[in-house]
Parts: sequence; C-alpha cells; structure tokens
Amino acid sequence: MHTSPPATVEGEAHENPALLHHFATEEQQKNAASLGMWIFLITEIMFFGGMFCAYLVYRYSYFGDFAAASSSLDLKLGTINTIVLIGSSLTVAMAVRCAQVGKQKAIAVYLLLTIILGVAFLGIKAIEYKQKFDEHHVPGLANFHLEGHVPRHADVPVNQNHAQIYFSLYFAMTGMHALHMIIGIALLGFMIIRARAGAYTTGHVTYVENFGLYWHFVDIIWIYLFPLLYLISRH
Amino acid sequence: MATAVLESGERETYLNREYGIKSWLLTVDHKRIALLYLMGITFFFFIGGFFALLIRLELLTPAGDLVQADTYNKLFTMHGQVMVFFFLIPAVPAVLGNFLIPIMIGAKDLAFPRINLLSWYLYIIGGMLMVYTILAGGVDTGWTFYTPLSTEFLKTNVTTAALAVFVSGFSSILTGLNFIVTIHRMRAPGMTWNRLPLFVWAHYATSIIQVLGTPVVAIAIVLVALERLFHLGIFNPTLGGDPLLFQHLFWFYSHPAVYIMILPGMGIVSEIVCCFSRKRVFGYKAMALALLGIAVVGFLVWAHHMFVAGISLYAALIFSFLSYFVAVPSAIKVFNWTSTMYKGSITYQTPMLYAFGFVGLFTIGGLTGLFLACLGVDVHVTDTYFVVAHFHYIMVGGMVMAYLGGMHFWWPKISGRLYPEGWGRLAALLVFVGFNLTFFPQFILGYMGMPRRYWDYSHSPEFQILNVLSTAGATILAVGYLLPMIYFLWSMRYGKPAPDNPWNAAGLEWTIPSPPTTFNFEEQPVVTWEAYNYDELDQRREEVPVAH
Repeated sequence: MHTSPPATVEGEAHENPALLHHFATEEQQKNAASLGMWIFLITEIMFFGGMFCAYLVYRYSYFGDFAAASSSLDLKLGTINTIVLIGSSLTVAMAVRCAQVGKQKAIAVYLLLTIILGVAFLGIKAIEYKQKFDEHHVPGLANFHLEGHVPRHADVPVNQNHAQIYFSLYFAMTGMHALHMIIGIALLGFMIIRARAGAYTTGHVTYVENFGLYWHFVDIIWIYLFPLLYLISRH
Repeated sequence: MATAVLESGERETYLNREYGIKSWLLTVDHKRIALLYLMGITFFFFIGGFFALLIRLELLTPAGDLVQADTYNKLFTMHGQVMVFFFLIPAVPAVLGNFLIPIMIGAKDLAFPRINLLSWYLYIIGGMLMVYTILAGGVDTGWTFYTPLSTEFLKTNVTTAALAVFVSGFSSILTGLNFIVTIHRMRAPGMTWNRLPLFVWAHYATSIIQVLGTPVVAIAIVLVALERLFHLGIFNPTLGGDPLLFQHLFWFYSHPAVYIMILPGMGIVSEIVCCFSRKRVFGYKAMALALLGIAVVGFLVWAHHMFVAGISLYAALIFSFLSYFVAVPSAIKVFNWTSTMYKGSITYQTPMLYAFGFVGLFTIGGLTGLFLACLGVDVHVTDTYFVVAHFHYIMVGGMVMAYLGGMHFWWPKISGRLYPEGWGRLAALLVFVGFNLTFFPQFILGYMGMPRRYWDYSHSPEFQILNVLSTAGATILAVGYLLPMIYFLWSMRYGKPAPDNPWNAAGLEWTIPSPPTTFNFEEQPVVTWEAYNYDELDQRREEVPVAH
C-alpha cells in the first residue's frame, strides 16, 4: 500500500516559504485567512451588539435623561476624534494598497501614520474622560451629579439615576472601543517591524489586508457610537 | 509512499514522532491538541462530578445536615459552571471534533493550527481562573450569574468566576471560527457538501452558534464584572436598570449553548448508528438541514427561560410557539436514526449501546422540554426538579452518552489500541441504569413540587424516598464514568493494537493508519463516494475477503 516515493506533497509545500504546510495552494491559504477574519468581525459585531442592545432599551425608556446627559459631552472633541479616526482608516487603506503593489517602504510609513492618528484619538478620548471626572459625571462615584433639565422641558430636572445609566453605557462602550484601538495599535507596531524586515512582499499581503479589515471595523463602531452617544436631540 | 519508521522499528505516528513536554505544549497538530483538551476536560468533568456527588449526599436526608446552606449554594453553582463551561461546551468539539474534522474532510490540519493551540491555552487559563475561584472559597450566584444578586449582593468570588467564563468563551469562539473556515476551505477534492459526514455538518452548525452566541454572553458577563468592580449601573434596578435585560443577553447565548452541547452529540450518534446498522443514514439531506434548522431556530427561543420572570404575555406566547417549533428538526433526527436502524444488521458493540441510550434519553429530555415550552405547565414546574431532570436528560443523558459513545468508537483511531469490549458494555449499561435512576425520580419530585436549589426539604419529608433513589443512581453513575477512564488508560499500554478500521466503518478517518501520522494523509485523498456507503463497503468485503 505505501509504495510511492516519499514527500511529494511536502516537497511542493516547501517551494514557497509563505505557504504553510497544511494548505495546498496559496489561494486556499489566502481565502481561509480572509474568511476567518470576516467571521471574527461577525463575532465582534455580536460582542458590541449586546451593548448597543442595552443602549437602545434604555434610550427608549429614558429618552429625556439620555438627551440631557448626551448634551454634556464635548461635541467639538468628539467631532475632531471622528475626523482623526476616519483619517486613520485612510492611512490603513493606503498601507494595504502599498502592500498589494509592493511598495515596501511606504507600507511602514502609512502604518506609522495610522499609529500616530490612533494615539491622537486615544489622547483626545483621555481628555474627554478627564473632563467627565472633573464634572462629576462618572457613574458609581458618590459625587455623581448632572446639572440641568430634560431638553425642551425646563421644568423636568434630570433623573440622576437614569443619567448614571447613560454614563455607564458611555464608559462601557467607548472604553471597549478604546481597548480595541489599543490592541490595534499594538498590532500596528508589530506589523511595522515586520514590514521593515520586508515581510509583506507581493503575494503575501493577507496579513496587512486582514488588519485593515479590523481597523475599519473599529472605525465603523465609532461611526455608530458618535451619533448615538453625542448627538441625541442636539439643536 | 513509504511510511517513516522509527529507530525502534515502530511505525511513525503523531504520538511517537516527538517526545517531551515541549513537543506537546507547543504542538500545532490538531490531534495532539485534541488530546491536550481531553486531559483538561476529563479533569473538569471529575471536579464537576465531585460537586454533584456532594449535592446528592446532602439531599439524602430532608434536613440540611451535611453542609451549610451557603456551601450548598456554592456547590450547585460550581457544579453548573464547571460542567457547562469547562466540560459540556468544549468536550465534543474540542476533543473529537478537533481530532476528526480535518481527517474526515481529507485535510492535513485545521485552517489555523496556531489559533487552535491558542484556544487550548485560553481554555486552560479560564480553567485555572475557575480552579482559583473554587480554592478561594467559591462562588454562589447559580451558574446563570443573575443580576442584581451577582452584581449587588454577593461577597463571593463572582468576578473571577465571570472572568473564567469570559476567557474560556474566547476559546470556544476561536474553535468555532477555526471549524467554519476549515469546513469551507479545506475539503479534499470530491468532498462536496452533500458528501460530508453528518459529524462534520453537526460541528458546522455548532460552530455557527459558538461564533454568533458566545460574544453576547461574553459582553453580558463583562458588564456584570464592571458593575462589581467600578459600580457601573447598567443592570442595577435601584438606578432604573433592568435585570431582565441581563437575562435576555445571558439566555440569548445560554439557550443556544444547549445546542452547542447536543448538536455534536447528534453528529456522533449519526456516525455510530450507521456503522452498527450497516446502512446509509436515512434521509441524509434532512439530517443535515435539521442540524442547521436546530441551530437557527435555537437562537429564537431563549426567553422560554423567563416565562415567569415578568416578560410580556405576547412575548411569552411567541417564544412558546418557537420553542415548540424547535422540536420539529429534533424529531426529524430521532425518526431518521430510528429509520436508519430499521431492518439494519444491528450489532451491539459499546458505541452502539451508547447511541441507543442517547436516542432514548434525548427523546425523553426533548419531550419534557415541550412541557416546559407550554406556558401553563411551565408556571407549575418552573424552578422545580422537573426542570433539573429535563435538562440533565439532554445534557447528561444526551450529550455525555454521545461523548462516551464517540470516545469508544474512535478510541482505536486515537490511541491505536482496542479497549476491552466486555468492560465497555458493562460500563455503558451502568451509565444507562445509573443515569435513569438518578434523574427519573427528579421528574416526579419536580412534578410533586420540590423546588430546585433547596438544601433542606424537611417541610416535606415525603420527598426523601425519591431523593434516596436519585442519590443511589448517582453512585452507580459515578462507577459507570470511572470505569471507561480506567480501561482507556489501561488499554494505552495493554490493549490489543487496533487495525486501521476495526469497525469496517465508512469515512476517511478509517482509511488511514491507527493512530494516524502527523499529516494524516500520505497523499491528498480524492473522494468519489457518498457518505455512509455501507452497501458498497459490505459488498466489497464479501467479494474480496480481507484478513483482519
């Protein structure tokens, strides 16, 4: 039964160092990696979905208090951050393009720009968090207090409990988003080292492409978070 | 192709190719990772079983005399959490699925071998956190982590238990992701979707649930931990938060999680029933679609856990209807296994005994599930031993039976050794008898009104006789579970060497040596036959007598 000459399959596999042993072709490997990445992003949608679901339930129940709490956020910083993040999506897209056409040096440059924009986003976010602490808008702390009234109802003061639920969701959602950014930035650092070593030559760009998908996903989450958290009933 | 031969003269296999602790802990071979999982899962099975025995001992007498009430709360909580998250959910996919799926579809490995190893490490890290939780004094939320009990009131190790479940959840997600990609992208030429063994279909359906459901429970549990650590108030009723929201998020995963446990078991039973009836499975496409149907409809029934928790009547009606509806694909499976056996050449080897057990007990568990889906009956039996008996018929009578059946069926392939058949049949019999003696009395107890999670029932001493029966059954069940562990270990050294195909079974895994080599196939297999081609196999054997 076992008579044919050894290691034909193995031999083929070793012609291309980029091809892992258990894949038959490079195309199969690439397809597997991108399908895996898309499925991972679906799990991420479900993960954030739980919080979006909670947000919708409470926003529906406590709309006035949510609107009041929302207008205490710094719209200017939020808008700047949205622009910064969209900019970082552009630089990642450029990095992917450079990897596809084989511009080795440009990959590292664009990835570095992405890191800078990502860190800028986190810095601005930190300033916003600091403001919330200074203004006593942090839920769970004894000094929590949100001044004001429900928009367009000057006689209805803000319900402090419901406002705490809003800020609980605000910190949970933006915090989880920031955690994803931090993980992304760590991956970016790793990729820059690899790019400088010339890892992403033509035909082996799946890693950069899949990272691009992840970064765009994190960006899209923010695109939803921004209007839902900052723009409730603004006039 | 010449098989590599080691210096000792033995044939090279995945087991003896490398030795040493490093060759195991850094392996990316799906078969070795399956064995790593097997060790972890067996460990947690006996930890969870130990808690179960203490629970049964406490309930031997009506008075709460063996342990304190608080200890009892911890026992059933840790029994549930260990068994659900560290045994039932990973057991079949991570051990048998990991080992068999690449081989069954003709691949050398899973699509992402290193992620597969990462899954195991996440499982172990989660497991260690669970062990820490136990050693640090335990947790008593009930396995469900219900808020606000878990967030506001308990002083036990809720946060580490939550973290344990969270981390092991990622192990589950990554395993599911790996399986989906592998089944889509790694099939051998000719292995079309309609030729996949039902075991693979079952894992495909399971993986969909793992990928879509687990992240939701992960975030729900993270929010519980955040409420404990930073006093966020998302589920806190004193702020106007809604504890029902937590229950919705929790059961959105945790009901489908039941199908994560049972679907792979269904896959195993389909393989075993066909082999020991020597027939192609009855209604292959219906069987495959029923698996997917259960996975899809299973996502839409979760609120039947909340009928008495205060959801609206209209929601309850819809969830009741959908819960009935999930019985349709489940019934298709039971009818088709029965039809497969009909006029088959049935033999009664150990795996088949477990398969018989599975079909019968799953049917009882499924039908009593319909009682609970019925709004009126549910009000009467909610939070009684009827519920406990029902889900143990599915989880233990169904899933554990299937797991043991599968372990016996594929043990010759995994270890290269035969287990002792006589002992195997005896253990199967003990498990069946012990199981029914443990859990059937609980149906009656629940219907009579004994509440679950009570440590003392001295207000109604008439429950004692049934509780004594149940505890006696649990003792027999424990022996039934210990036996296979002993003779499997024994067979690794003393068992007869297994032939490549001891059952003359269909499927690619039986075309390669036992135990397989590291890359499974010497040459890329090309599939030209349908799954379960037992007519062909038996005909060929009659024409060309093969020495076995």
